Amino acid sequence: MEVPILKQGAFLIATFQAALSDADLKHLRMGLVQQVVRFRSRAVIVDVTAMDVMDSFASRTLREIAQMIRLRGAETVIVGIQPEVAFAMVQLGLTLEDVATALDLEEGLAYLNEKFKTAN
Amino acid sequence: MAAELGFSTGDATLIAAAISELARNIVSYARKGQITLKTVNGLKRQGFAVIASDDGPGIPDVQQALRDGFSTSGSLGLGLPGVRRLMDEFEITSQPGRGTTVTVKKWRQ
Repeated sequence: MEVPILKQGAFLIATFQAALSDADLKHLRMGLVQQVVRFRSRAVIVDVTAMDVMDSFASRTLREIAQMIRLRGAETVIVGIQPEVAFAMVQLGLTLEDVATALDLEEGLAYLNEKFKTAN
Repeated sequence: MAAELGFSTGDATLIAAAISELARNIVSYARKGQITLKTVNGLKRQGFAVIASDDGPGIPDVQQALRDGFSTSGSLGLGLPGVRRLMDEFEITSQPGRGTTVTVKKWRQ
């Protein structure tokens, strides 16, 4: 299942519709980095609210996405990690390291708007 | 299946994450294997068992494989110790050249 990427001003929003296969995640990684370049986006929000399982591959791929986007000079915010998923991630020892996270899409947008307020 | 047994959604998520990690181990080390899910009955409680077995290369040093950060496949090395933390019971048997079987159980709270 492909993840739709929406353009919202200077930001891109990628919303997971369901759990994703490894191939979908790799596809998203490439797609997002390309779109950031194409639209000269300042930031990307990845909404994982619909994700009910986060394993080591998924969290590594999310971290890689954030690192690639940072190399392009933009920022990534991951929003909507479910409480159960957060619990499982900690037990598994998975971290997103220094990738920004927010409660939901609204909070993620508020965070980015605040951050880029002076720039816009 | 876990939900049908009366597990909380939190526990069902933990079991799903454990199954995903075990399947990933099989694919990266043995290519092929099987995962069996079944219910188990304890003295006063019901539980959920996941048995992941393969005929792959086996693990030469099981104790080492259970330590955080140990990996021979270039992954994060969180697989087995992580799965052990997610579940209530963890059992592993492995014979080099013969394969590996991991059995994990989660009891309903």
